[in-house]
Amino acid sequence: MATRSVKLPDIGEGVAEAEVVEWHVKVGDAVREDQVLAAVMTDKATVEIPSPADGTVTALGVAAGTVLAVGSELVRLEVGGGTPEAPNEPVADGLAAPEAPPPPRPPEAPVLAPAEVPPRPLPSPPPSLRGPPPRPVPAGMARAAGEKPLAAPAVRRRALEAGIDLRQVRGTGPAGRITHDDLDAVARADAAPTPAAGSRERTGVEDVAVRGLRRRIARAMAESTRRVAHFSYVEEVDVTALEELRAALNRRHGAARPKLTLIPFLVQALVRALPDFPGLNAHYDDEAEVVHRFGAVHVGIAAQTAGGLVVPVLRHAEARDLWNCAAEVRRLAEAARDGTAARDELSGSTITVTSLGALGGIASTPVVNRPEVAIVGVNRQVMRPMWIGGGVVPRLMMNLSSSFDHRVVDGHEAASFIQAVKALLETPALLFMEA
Amino acid sequence: MAEIAAKLLVLGGGPGGYVAAIRAGHHGVDTVLVEDTKVGGTCLNVGCIPSKALIHAAGDYALALRHASGSPFGLSTGTPTLDFARTVAWKDGIVARLNAGVAALLKKNGVKILRGRGTMLDGKTCRVDTDVGTDTVRAEHVVLATGSRPADLPGLPFGGPVISSTEALSLTEVPRRLAVVGAGYIGLELGMAFAKLGAAVTVVEAADRILPLYDAELVRPLRRSLDAHGVTLMLGGRAAGRDGDALLVDTPAGRRAVPADRILVAAGRRPRTEGWGLERLDLDMEGPFIRIDERCATSMRGVWAVGDVTGEPMLAHRAMAQGETVADIVAGRRRVFDPRTIPAVVYTDPEIVAAGLSPEQAKAAGQAVKTGLFPFAANGRAMTLGDDEGFVRVTARADNHVVLGIQATGRGVAELAAAFGLAIEMGARLEDIAGTVHAHPTLGEAFAEASLKALGEALHI
Repeated sequence: MATRSVKLPDIGEGVAEAEVVEWHVKVGDAVREDQVLAAVMTDKATVEIPSPADGTVTALGVAAGTVLAVGSELVRLEVGGGTPEAPNEPVADGLAAPEAPPPPRPPEAPVLAPAEVPPRPLPSPPPSLRGPPPRPVPAGMARAAGEKPLAAPAVRRRALEAGIDLRQVRGTGPAGRITHDDLDAVARADAAPTPAAGSRERTGVEDVAVRGLRRRIARAMAESTRRVAHFSYVEEVDVTALEELRAALNRRHGAARPKLTLIPFLVQALVRALPDFPGLNAHYDDEAEVVHRFGAVHVGIAAQTAGGLVVPVLRHAEARDLWNCAAEVRRLAEAARDGTAARDELSGSTITVTSLGALGGIASTPVVNRPEVAIVGVNRQVMRPMWIGGGVVPRLMMNLSSSFDHRVVDGHEAASFIQAVKALLETPALLFMEA
Repeated sequence: MAEIAAKLLVLGGGPGGYVAAIRAGHHGVDTVLVEDTKVGGTCLNVGCIPSKALIHAAGDYALALRHASGSPFGLSTGTPTLDFARTVAWKDGIVARLNAGVAALLKKNGVKILRGRGTMLDGKTCRVDTDVGTDTVRAEHVVLATGSRPADLPGLPFGGPVISSTEALSLTEVPRRLAVVGAGYIGLELGMAFAKLGAAVTVVEAADRILPLYDAELVRPLRRSLDAHGVTLMLGGRAAGRDGDALLVDTPAGRRAVPADRILVAAGRRPRTEGWGLERLDLDMEGPFIRIDERCATSMRGVWAVGDVTGEPMLAHRAMAQGETVADIVAGRRRVFDPRTIPAVVYTDPEIVAAGLSPEQAKAAGQAVKTGLFPFAANGRAMTLGDDEGFVRVTARADNHVVLGIQATGRGVAELAAAFGLAIEMGARLEDIAGTVHAHPTLGEAFAEASLKALGEALHI
């Protein structure tokens, strides 16, 4: 019999901390080796932490939703036989211990039984918009388990038709008889949370805990706006020719090749333009005050998922052709939406592209994906009357709204970069010419 | 040869089947009812209704006979005579009227009646052999309401002098000597009626008591009445066969011969599970019965079953309530067949009515109970009817006084079934019954007094 401390393992290069998003065990549970103890989230990827040994959970390190540093105690197990990993290891301060210590056991007890400890109160589940609130029941006589509820035939039928389980209703009638009034009370309780919209003032406040991915986004965005000296630059791009080319390529190859969207063309334009602007394909380490300029172009592609924004990374865009880019962008977007993206697919970008597609709007002010220094935002395409060569002609126009970190990027450099991208997109043949 | 499509096919026109069809008709469900004889089933044609007619005629005849030798209130009549052929005709008239009534109700509600023998080919298809050919009915839902038939006994096959209740109700003359095998409610109702009509009746019962489903206290007045009516009881006797015009009975004392012109075998009823294609449906069974759930659904989707073919108690009112339930479900309503009680009545003299648990059954179910018994000997109305035999007995939970069961025996108590059933179904407590003002003078007052007695507050005893 020994106590073994399970620590949050090093789950990836450069990961210093992770948020415990879900406990799969509770105090008192017997666990087998390799049974999942908890799910933790790092860098927008969720990792399951298995138990290193058979044993009984005697304490959980933190409540779900807490961020834990790598190496901190995650779970304490009582393990039978063998030698504890670290005998007499002092218990870390701040470990949430169970309310009562496990009862002492005879040391010779060969087999572990679950300890008789009261379970830790679970953190209250996040309020759900879907589930009905617990139904208040009118006071009345309690029934013995398995006893048939006492109710007149008309009450029984009404309950059946209304989908009310009479076993869940407390009767206020004589001897606990369930009356029509009791059903009315249940119906009122059911109806209460959804009053007719607009007919009365609403006073409720819904508290939504910011946890998991949402919290990561919140922190990253706040950190970026606090530390990065943002400036945004909006330029319009005539994409008439680009769209013709894109449509022609899609028509020509049909289902044989991945369908091309705008993003792969934009990635190709960035790859072509960036060698002339090495300071934009970079990370700024503001602690060390060093700008790391990268040879590789790893393009982060911001993608909306049910859980929130994630940024899968199109690695080594400089080594991919248009079709390869298209296929990879598509694969990454799907993986991100499914939640199957691997951790290294969600980190390591050197520059980021963000597009809201049809919702792109006229202009936007993207937030730099720190420690990067540039983000290129794509706005909506729209047919506009343009003055060209002495006349007004309809042209398909699209704005690029880009933001930069002014601490290390000046306006001139940024504008020149965007102009170079614009030139490539407006004359798409340039994308396919050797430099 | 016709192909008929319907939403609902009802196989069997007895109380379960015809009620299902009428209710389905109310709901606008396209319904076909298949019945090879007259609608109304056992109950209407060869059961409840004709037997009650016969019992009533026998009762009046016995009363008149009694009055011929004077009565306590000074009435004396001449010696009555009975034209049994007219009794039977009167009974048949009632049956015919009800047959026509049921058929009219079915028609009024748009139910198509196919007169012929139905055979299920699969869970949705029924072949109907009629006088003029064969029809095939395909339906989305099927209600099996095939009912039951009298059980026969080894050594006593039906035929000749050995008759079932069906034949007993269509005898053209009163047998001089009638042996009845089985002291259940059918055997005792008919045995007593024929005794009143002048037959020498011997009732043979294998158990050591009559009406084995009812407790001794409830049956005691009937037992005395059987003696008074000259019915011979042979308890613990097993019908072994027939020898000439005698029924052979094995008793603990050896084999006995009971001379009889007719032998009525009333040894229960069996579900009718043969002759209509059940074997092609592969339904889950429960003993000899078709297994159903609380919605009367069988193990096959879209196949429902109601009434005697689904189990005990084999009573018309159970079948009717089940038929209603199924029709509602087929019409898209949410229903379950979940009564707290199915009251039962025995039309002997005195009558017996029971709803819910007897005191013994309640105790056996682990309940602490209070019981109250009020005798009709202390009831004014019973006295003025000239028959104060019997009682009403109420059993309630000791803790909350919710009524668990009510039984009564006595003249005319069958009608109290309505009050008893309502009390239990509504979840009444003793105080509810005691607190209801009962009209005076009625037999029903005994119900309130029995409840008061259970509360220790009886007024008239």
